Amino acid sequence: MKYLCLVYLEGQKLHAVPDRECADCGAGLRKNGSLIAAEALQPIETATTVRVRNGKLSVTDGPFAETKEQLAGFYLIEARDLNDAIQVAAKIPPAREGSVEVRPVRELNP
Amino acid sequence: MSTTESIHETVNAVYLSDSRRVLATLIRLLGDFDVAEEALHDAFRAALEQWPREGVPTNPRAWLVSAGRFKAIDGMRRLARFDALDDVGDAADIAVDDPAAWADEESVEDDRLRLIFTCCHPALAPDAQVALTLREVCGLTTEEIARAYLTPAPTLAQRIVRAKAKIRDARIPYQVPAPGELPERLDAVLRVVYLVFNEGYAASSGAQVTRHDLSAEAIRLGRLLVELLPEPESLGLLALMLLHDSRRAARTSPSGELILLEDQDRSLWDRNQIAEGTKLVERALASRVVGPYTIQAAIAAVHAGAATAAATDWEEIVGLYDVLSRADASPVIELNRAVAVAMRDGPAAGLSLIDAILARGDLLDYRLAHAARAEFCRRLGKTSDARRSYERALALARQEPERRFLERRLAELSN
Repeated sequence: MKYLCLVYLEGQKLHAVPDRECADCGAGLRKNGSLIAAEALQPIETATTVRVRNGKLSVTDGPFAETKEQLAGFYLIEARDLNDAIQVAAKIPPAREGSVEVRPVRELNP
Repeated sequence: MSTTESIHETVNAVYLSDSRRVLATLIRLLGDFDVAEEALHDAFRAALEQWPREGVPTNPRAWLVSAGRFKAIDGMRRLARFDALDDVGDAADIAVDDPAAWADEESVEDDRLRLIFTCCHPALAPDAQVALTLREVCGLTTEEIARAYLTPAPTLAQRIVRAKAKIRDARIPYQVPAPGELPERLDAVLRVVYLVFNEGYAASSGAQVTRHDLSAEAIRLGRLLVELLPEPESLGLLALMLLHDSRRAARTSPSGELILLEDQDRSLWDRNQIAEGTKLVERALASRVVGPYTIQAAIAAVHAGAATAAATDWEEIVGLYDVLSRADASPVIELNRAVAVAMRDGPAAGLSLIDAILARGDLLDYRLAHAARAEFCRRLGKTSDARRSYERALALARQEPERRFLERRLAELSN
């Protein structure tokens, strides 16, 4: 089963964990077959929000909602069950600076 | 009495003694709480029909598991014929092809632990853990739980539905945690049991001081844990609950008024519960790791062993609170320690400790901190200080007998 681990960090902590460590974590997860994809994100100031209402495109600066912690990156993983996914999430280095939200992936049912 | 009637009684008795075990195994075999609950009811319905005709089976529990599994799989297959969801049929076939999986006595014993650990999984909201445990492990109905928690039944039902949906959709496994995770996960289970007990023993709101049904369920859960997983803290928690519960009859007057520990008629304390609790504390203390529940139980055992409040070994109790603060530091434990110090050294010593806690900004909204402060001030003759603290406690108290107690104390100050 796939889980998306969303990494949240406060703005001033975006670089609290060295890139090296995050890269090693990703490589380790890839090696044991649990990683599907992982990326770090540019700070929230670079975000643009896109909406389409009544067929009309609207583009605005920034995120939809202001919160203290921002989405800083993600790991898409393959895990046996939630306990397994929690074990993986606990090894993501920014977990000790911010938080990691573990969400099961929903299969589309077209 | 006709045979049919006596068999109905047998089915009822088996339901009371074994329905939770059967459910726990069916959840493992069928992989879904709702499907398993339905299967459980189908199995008992089948027993009511078949046992009068065919006689009561030698192993009723195995018969019920087998019947429930068969009915559920039959249902899934019928559904699968109309539904493209192949995995439903696959899951059913796995269960059918492996009869050893459910017949194995050890797995069946583990099923009850699997159920407890799944219901108390930390990924579920705390109030959902409590509701799900009472529903699935204790077999209380949603209405019974709602009544005990003074919560509207639809709210409670929704809490349970959401928790089950999360177990399914986030795939919370039906497992006893690995040894490495066990201490933390057991803590979560013990916390749920103790929450249930406390809601029953010191109801946080409502017309009565205690709600016996919840305490009794918590003690039953505690016994089950001691039977299945006799870790020191499981013993400690059961001991703590028994020792507190032993004072139930003495804690309120016949008219429902609250009676403080030092004013209780100790002849009303339940000696059997005290004996059992004390023995359990000794067993838990004999292990090398002594945790917070065991220490609290040891404190309760010291109270239980004292003939009067004055004859209590307060020195020993203060010492135990010191140990407890080291194991599990919290402002509430500090407050309890302050009360014990006041009993040992007089109210002035207790007052300065409580004032230090409040000055730090802790427990400002905790009614018992203000009630204890008021009590010490009253004993020291500081009437206006006492009044202010009783008023603060009263503003925070939600339970009727406690409010009446505080109002009585306030009225006494005015005289």
